[in-house]
Parts: sequence; structure tokens; C-alpha cells
Amino acid sequence: MANLYTDNKEIKFHLEHPLMEKIVRLKERDYSFSNDFDFAPMNYNDAMDSYDRVLEVVGDICGNIVAPNAEGIDEEGPKVVDGHVVYAKGTQENVDALVKAGLMGMSLPYKFDGLNFPIVPYIMAADIVSRADAGFVNIWGLQDCAETINEYASEEQKERFLPRVCAGETMAMDLTEPDAGSDLQAVQLKAVWNEEKQTWILNGVKRFITNGDGDISLVLARSEQGTKDGRGLSMFIYDKQHGGVTVRRIEHKMGIIGSPTCELVFKDAPAEIVGSRRMGLIKYVMALMNGARLGIAAQSVGLCEAAYREAIAYAKEREQFGKPIIQFPAVYEMISTMKAKLDAARTLLYETARFVDMYKTYAHISEERKLEKEERNEMKKYQRLADIYTPLVKGMASEYSNELAYDAVQIHGGSGFMKDYPVERIYRDARITSIYEGTTQLQVVAAIRGVTTGAYLNQIKIYEAEPISPELEKLRSTLIELTADYEKAVETVVGEDNNEFIDYHARRLVEMAGHIIMSYLLLIDTTRDAMFLRSAKNYVSFARAKVKANAEFIRASEVSDLEFHKFNTKE
Amino acid sequence: MKAYKIIVLAKQVPDTRNVGKDAMKADGTINRAALPAIFNPEDLNALEQALRIKDKFPQSTVEIVTMGPGRAADIIREGLFRGTDGGILLTDRAFAGSDTLATSYAIGQALKKVGNIDIIVAGRQAIDGDTAQVGPQVAEKLGMLQITYVEEVTALDDNSITVKRRLESGVETVKSPLPLVITVNGSAPDCRARNAKLLMKYKHAKTATEIDALDEKSKQLYSKREGLILKEWTVADIDTEPDQLGLKGSPTKVKSIENVVLQAKDSKAISSSDEDIEGLVVELLESHTIG
Repeated sequence: MANLYTDNKEIKFHLEHPLMEKIVRLKERDYSFSNDFDFAPMNYNDAMDSYDRVLEVVGDICGNIVAPNAEGIDEEGPKVVDGHVVYAKGTQENVDALVKAGLMGMSLPYKFDGLNFPIVPYIMAADIVSRADAGFVNIWGLQDCAETINEYASEEQKERFLPRVCAGETMAMDLTEPDAGSDLQAVQLKAVWNEEKQTWILNGVKRFITNGDGDISLVLARSEQGTKDGRGLSMFIYDKQHGGVTVRRIEHKMGIIGSPTCELVFKDAPAEIVGSRRMGLIKYVMALMNGARLGIAAQSVGLCEAAYREAIAYAKEREQFGKPIIQFPAVYEMISTMKAKLDAARTLLYETARFVDMYKTYAHISEERKLEKEERNEMKKYQRLADIYTPLVKGMASEYSNELAYDAVQIHGGSGFMKDYPVERIYRDARITSIYEGTTQLQVVAAIRGVTTGAYLNQIKIYEAEPISPELEKLRSTLIELTADYEKAVETVVGEDNNEFIDYHARRLVEMAGHIIMSYLLLIDTTRDAMFLRSAKNYVSFARAKVKANAEFIRASEVSDLEFHKFNTKE
Repeated sequence: MKAYKIIVLAKQVPDTRNVGKDAMKADGTINRAALPAIFNPEDLNALEQALRIKDKFPQSTVEIVTMGPGRAADIIREGLFRGTDGGILLTDRAFAGSDTLATSYAIGQALKKVGNIDIIVAGRQAIDGDTAQVGPQVAEKLGMLQITYVEEVTALDDNSITVKRRLESGVETVKSPLPLVITVNGSAPDCRARNAKLLMKYKHAKTATEIDALDEKSKQLYSKREGLILKEWTVADIDTEPDQLGLKGSPTKVKSIENVVLQAKDSKAISSSDEDIEGLVVELLESHTIG
């Protein structure tokens, strides 16, 4: 009777973060919902108890159904039958179990049959599901597309679609096309208003669509004929009940095989518009993407957890030269570093989730009443933080999931290369995290603003001033030194006043900020609970080496170096 | 659409599957403090069968009846978390020390009061006593038909039920008229997980005794929200003969209790040679371990 929540006390630690009291109070509108909904919490303790118990249900289903199904799903995969997707047997079992347990639409409002959970416990559920099966989390986690409907659709649309999501209908977001991947401005799927039928009609092709045959899809399409850029795109809801979309094929992928990645053909598919015309890419896709990026960060952390656990279990069991291999420095250092990266990525994940909760909850409240000035300022502050932390955590955590998966295979030696152990699957599943929902390189493009505007530095200074345990003072001194290195590196790069030079060093700078931020978060965590001491010490050592290396690279670089990196596309 | 009135019999038991060295006291009795109290596993299989009938016939009702101390209210709550309509906790000092006969008598009398039951579903047996007697005895007391070792209800209509029985010798399909008692095997599908909304609501459900123990402020909830007060029946609520209850009504006498420690027996090394393997097969056939 494995439970993937109760065996992971780190998750509960993050659930109990001091800021949660405010998040929950805002989310529950001072607990006034409890007058109208008989399962809504009456106070903070009641709410936290409910989150804890519901996560225990998630942990139970993941331990006893989702994790045991992962291998079979990876082998069987989904199929296309008559233009529609048929999930692998295990996938359907997983979906049925989670739907029956009422774990769809977790973060949606009570009035649409949701659980009104803050993003934090919802992301915790995603973290747990990903650890059990990172391929399956895509199908379950697409419920967060409903957040975009909840934010931007009309009240009437919300009433029609959101209860269906809560009842277990799956979702998809149809953005990518053969010629529009990272560059979504190039989307061509045609949307034309049909006066006679009083509906929009979609025609064209979408590619690489996760769960493309979902019940309710958000579709990015060109509503303004003759336009060529992002300003001609609008967002639509396609309801599978109406028909018009068929699945041409499912991609054969390296990993996350259970998650059907579809090529879709839209043939006179009726659809309804969400929000305002021409705002599809500019506003709604950005919202969708930010939600999805946080989801991928959670998927990455869940994968890190899975990789770490497989690695440490094997290293304790496997004996060579007369002792368990975990007793060799080369191995135990790898595993302790894996744990440090896991704890670092997870603390950044939940810090980001809290920022998202704070600003989104204020945004919803602002639709009900005018916010006080102080509240408005707070909303703006957290929105800015969420905007720079989301790409940071997506970028860092997804790279770590790959590093941890690589190390976990390495620790298994030859056995890790075989399909006999789960690490082989984890390794393949992790590979996509740093690619989809924007590659790491694109996360850097979004995150670099946090470097150039000084927003990361401001936040680092706030962490620096936080009270910490006296035993951590030495680590803090190290971080103060690294922060000075970071400031100097930023000054060097920005001082050249050359955008290409900033782009060239962007990843190095963003990673420096990331290492320092995660280190500070671990010091703060350790002050609340000593179980993080190992990871705090190990991560600061790791961060010091990384930050110093990047600082030295930047110090010694010149704009003219770029010429030695460039390639001529014409030759 | 047809609606069925379904009762699930369930028991709270010490978790004997995870017995540590503190599980037994020196005098040979169970150290309940060292063993967590859980929902008897096969009763969960029974609950799932009942809930599946309700899934198909949503107008049906499923209620759990359990007998035990006050904390056995957890069993009723556990059912509510998974989709039951309620339950009855039979709790009274007069029930203490009941063997299977006294238990089935008390439960039988309670069910007579409930009345008009279509299907009673019970787990095959409890992991603390392993008797497998209470379900069949309740059927006898109520004069109802019974089918034991059920793995799946395959069909149900107004007048009859068809089930698959899992026996050592194979599988039997049996059709029976209603009403009846079925007892369910552990090989039946696992019980569904708790439902988030039901969990958030019914975690507050309590018996009158439990509510009495709360402070005044916490008590207010029970006049405000509906469906949170659990039925608690004592001897006074059912029609019983005092002689048939508890220790008095229990003819079973425990003669002695032995503390058995299972130890590994001598092992025997068998090589992979054809000769050795053939020898082993013959030995296993002769001892009727296989074949």
C-alpha cells in the first residue's frame, strides 16, 4: 500500500509554508464559501487538513494504480482507431481512478464543481502524479487549461465547460503547427465566421498536440484573414461532441509514450471564440503557457524524485568489491548532489506556485470587488515575481530532471541501460521536459528580463535579509560573495550595450541567479526544518562552483568572441 | 429505474498484516495499541461491489452497518468518503465480548429494524478472527438466501442477481432471487479511492457521542450543515434478548492462547540438474503440494 504523498515529507513541509495562511484566506474569501458549499473549509486549519487528506488520496492512487501501470503503458502506448485516440489500458484505469476520486478541476471555483484548491496543493498533486508516471501527468495535468477558460471566457461559457472538466472530461491545447513551433506567430489554422450557422469554422492542421483528442480543446487559430503575425490570432474552444477534428496519427516518441501526441486535421470544425478577437496569442496563449510551464516544472520535480529514489535504492542494494556501492565516494557524492538538486528545484517550484497563487487570487477577487490600493500593489508585485520565476523554474527544474535521470542510469551501470529497471523509462521521459512548453533556451529569453531589470537581485536581497539559523551563517556569507560575483557579471554583460552579447551570456546569467535563489530558499527551508541541512550545504557548494565558473567565463569574454561562434547559413 | 436498498457489513479490525514484535502482550492477548485499527480488507472489496451496483442504479442506497467501540465510527466515515449514503454504528457495552453468534444476532436484529433490504454485502472474513461466519449467520438469522465467495456481480434485475463465485476448484456462476446476502472474496476488485469532495465534507461527520465531546463552538456546525450526524444505535434501539448478547450470548469459549513464532525450517539445496529437478517434482507431487 504505497502512498507517494505520505512517504514524501518534503511536500508536506512546503504545504505548510507561512505564506499559505494568506493564500488560503484570500482563496476562500475569508472562509465565506463555507456558508454555501458544505465541503468548503471553515478556517485555515480545516483547509490545510483537507489539502493534506486529498493529497493523501492522490498519493494512494499514484502508489497503487498509476505507478504500477507505468511500465505497461510505456510498452502498449495509445492507438488511433477511426480517427480517434484509444488510450493504453493502464492510462484509462488511471483516468477512471482519478475522476472517481474527484481529482479533476482541483483548482476551479466551487460554483463550477471544482475544489477551489490554491495552485500550491494542485501543483503538489502534479508533482506526485509525475513521480508515479511522468507520461500520464500530461493527460491529467491538462486540466489546468481550464484555468484559462476560468480567467478569460464568458460566464456562460464557464458554466457550460468547467463543470464538465470537473466531472472528468479531458482537455488539450492546440497551438503547434508544422510550421509554427517556438514561433507561434506563424500559426495558419483558419478560423472563419459562418453567418448562416452562427459559428466559427476551423480548417487546417495542428501537430504535436498532447492529448489532441481530448473532450474540450483550446485552439489557437487565425481569425483575421490576410494577417501574418500574432495580432491576427484568436483563441477558440472546440468541443469534441460537435465533431470535425480527426486524429491523423500519433507520433512515435522517445518517451512519455502513454501521452498521445497527435496530428490533428480540422475539417469544418465548429468552434466558439474565447475572450476578445486578436488577443489569442498576445494574451491567452501567454496565460496558458505560464500555467503549462509551471506544470512542466512540477513534472520535472516529480521525475527528479523518481530518479533519486531509484538511484539511492539501487546503490544501497547493489554490492561490488564486497560492499554496497553507496559507500563509495564517487557514488554517494552523486546521490547527495541529486538530492540537493531535487530539494532546490522543489523549493523553487513551490515559491513560484505561491507567487502565482497570490496574484491570480487577487485577479479573481478584482472581478468581484475593487481591490484596495495595498492589495493592487501586492497583486502587481506577485505577478511580476511569477512572471520571472515561472521560466526560471521551468528551465532549471527540467534541466535537473535530465541530469538526475542521467545520473540515476549511471548509478545502475549496465543494468540501467536495460529495460528491466524503471530508470530507463525515467531517462526517456525526462528528455522532453526541457523542450516542450518552450525550450530551456526560450525560458532564458523570458527570464533574462529578471536579470536586466534587477528583479532577481531585489529578490535575492530580500532572501539575504531573512532570519536564518546561526549555523547557516557561513553559507550565507558564501551566497553574499556569489551575489557580488553575479552583480559584477551582469554589469559586465549589460555594460557592453549589445543585445546579441546579452543573448550570448543570457543562460549563464539566468543560471547564476537561479543557483543563488535556490540556495537561499534552501537556507530558509533549513531554518524551518533541519531535514534540509544536507541539501543546503551540498547545494551551496555546487552553486558556488557553477556561479564562479560562469562569472569567470563572462569576465574573460569579449564581444568579438561571438564571431568565433557564428556560422554562415549560406555555406 | 430500479433502486436497491443495499447494506454492507463491515468491521474495524487491528491491522494484523503488519504485525511487529509488540503485537502480542505477554498474556497472549492482542496489544491493540500497537496495531492500527483499519477497515477489514475484504469488507472493502464488499463495499466496492455495493458501490458498483449504485453506480449502475444511482437511485440505490448503500449503508454500512458496523458493530464495535465508538472509534468504529471511522468505518461509517470511510464509507461516506467513498460514496455510501450513511451507516449505522452498533455500539454498546452490552455487545462487548461477542463471538460470531452473538454478533450476528445483534446485527440481525438491527437489520430487522432497518427492514426492506434487497442485498446485504459482507466481506468473506475479518483478518482478526478469520472465521467467515458472521455473514452466513446473519443470512440464517434473517432467513435470507446467501451466496459466499463472490468475486463479481455480473447481472442484476428486478428479481434476480447473478454472481461469479471464486472457489478453489474454479469459478461458478450462480443466479439467485432477491433478497439475499453475498460475501465477497479478497480476489474481487479493490475498493475505489476516497473522493475528494466527500472527504472534505464527511471528515466532519460524527456520532452523537463524538459531538458531545466537542467544545461548544465546534458543535454549532452540526446544526448548520446537514448529513453530518452519524446514526449510533445502542441496545436500547433494537429489540433484543439480553441473554443472546455479548459474552452471555457467546457459546465460544477460548481454552488457551499460544504465542506461535514461525521459524524458518531446514532448507534443502537442489541443483539445476535434470535429476534433482525430477526428484523435486516427484516429491511435490507425492506431498500433494502440486498436482
